Amino acid sequence: MSLRATLRATPALLRVGLVESLAYRAELLVWILATTMPLVMMALFATVAREAPIGRYGEGEVIAYFLATFLVRQLTGSWAAWEINMDVKQGTLATRLLRPIHPLWAYACEGIAALPLRLVLSAPLAIVALILTSRGHLARDPVIWGMFAVATLLAWAITFLINAALGSLALFVDSSLRWVDVYLLLFFVGSGYLVPVDVFPGWARTVLDALPFRYQIGFPVELMVNVHDRAHALALLGRQLAWTLALLGATLALFHRGLRRFGAFGG
Amino acid sequence: MIAIERLEKHYRVPERAVGLRAAFGSLFHRTYKTVRAVDGVSFSISRGERVGFLGPNGAGKTTTLKILAGLLYPTAGTVSVDGHVPQRREDAFLRKIMLVTGQKQQLLWDLPPSETFELNRAIYDVPRALYRKRLDELVTLLEISELLGRPTRNLSLGERMKCELAAALIHGPEVLFLDEPTLGLDVSMQATIRAFIRRYNEEHGATLILTSHYMDDVAALCPRVVVIDQGRISYDGALEDLVREVRPDKRVVLRVSRPVDARDLVGLGTVVKREPGEIVLQVTPDRLQEVVTRALATLPVTDLTVEAPPLEEVMSELFARGRK
Repeated sequence: MSLRATLRATPALLRVGLVESLAYRAELLVWILATTMPLVMMALFATVAREAPIGRYGEGEVIAYFLATFLVRQLTGSWAAWEINMDVKQGTLATRLLRPIHPLWAYACEGIAALPLRLVLSAPLAIVALILTSRGHLARDPVIWGMFAVATLLAWAITFLINAALGSLALFVDSSLRWVDVYLLLFFVGSGYLVPVDVFPGWARTVLDALPFRYQIGFPVELMVNVHDRAHALALLGRQLAWTLALLGATLALFHRGLRRFGAFGG
Repeated sequence: MIAIERLEKHYRVPERAVGLRAAFGSLFHRTYKTVRAVDGVSFSISRGERVGFLGPNGAGKTTTLKILAGLLYPTAGTVSVDGHVPQRREDAFLRKIMLVTGQKQQLLWDLPPSETFELNRAIYDVPRALYRKRLDELVTLLEISELLGRPTRNLSLGERMKCELAAALIHGPEVLFLDEPTLGLDVSMQATIRAFIRRYNEEHGATLILTSHYMDDVAALCPRVVVIDQGRISYDGALEDLVREVRPDKRVVLRVSRPVDARDLVGLGTVVKREPGEIVLQVTPDRLQEVVTRALATLPVTDLTVEAPPLEEVMSELFARGRK
């Protein structure tokens, strides 16, 4: 697909995605409710941290961390794995393949288009809570905030690409959603979504640093709550970028290889 | 315009016997069999032609259409659509073609069809003025102005199919692959869709390949048919010639003013139907004149027509021959 044609079609894809998300507003509200786990973890960890700090996290830091986690999760969520899986199984991927625009780009636009409504519904409360309870624990350096913006964008890209790769597995195996379950387990443990990555033992942190999950949630959150100085943040940003590029290549290769097998499900 | 040479598409599908033991066995050892969905198919289609692609269920029709539309990779052979290799899915190729199926839809389910039209306009980069002109034309011909603002999920099957066609034609495709486009529609809606497709072909010179189990679709739209059975071409030529070849007999349909006794029909060919007001006889072409003359002379005939046998019967006989 030509880049020019793709860029021309993108505003329409985003607009339709937004209109669709408005049509599915009840579903969106349920999705937001399903992502409130960080708030539960915040209550649990805050109770423990009141007695004694957990690693570097005292009660105030815990509250800041999990409020930021809730917010970052709203910004970086993707459900492309389920959409692609359904399109493959029902044969409706054919419709996307017939259009002169890359199907993965269309999935990405649809995902991004749902962000504004999700933020309108969830962000104001989280931001107000952050300001009221955790102002002193948030980053003050504008460069770190700039890095946070980039890190959040890349975190979304990693999440989307992993989802797209898992969805593309439906072109190879009958039960790709079982792999999504495995991924979600690793994501919940390794991303910092339920437990901050730096409270793990040293060896576990080393392993998690080498995996992509931390860069989906934990890293942007850590930037927001001022865990890293500029140099360390830049190094982690570099790793995050490397993961994004690696996943981009792998996902595209997997998708196109899978298309050679497409057709067993009709369409 | 379209050229297919020795096209093959094979699928490897798992196979196991029925029962618990076989289910457990398949955990450790799976057996597969190769299905030759398309097995050495060759044909070509000129620009602007309307061709019916016929065959029994599982014959390889839809597989061939999907390969032509670039959705499937062939196992062997070559395919060319207006100079493009479909599986490369080049931009220029995708802008020239469209596959419309009666089973799958491109309309956005929870949004009105107008949103899909607008999305297709942007994706296919159709200039606004041209889009407006085409849309007006499609809306008028398909009579869908009332439907544009209603969510797709609230439309009937026929209404959705008309909107599907409009969405498929917004970019003015030169090649249309139609896979069962009238599936599940009532007779009146089928006729509307057929008339529209024919008009699109005539006005735009579009090339058209149609698969359908409704022989009325084929009779109304396709002067030429390609018949595929068990992955192989069993006939390629004019529809009339196919009918003459498979079922040369004619049907003499008599409307009669009073019931006719079976004895009065002896010697007038095979009686296909005998009802109080209507009699249908099957007659070999060499006896047609004699039978018509005798029927008019001896029976209380108020009207008489000579017809070819129904296309459904012709195709059934052709497919049955293939299985033998």
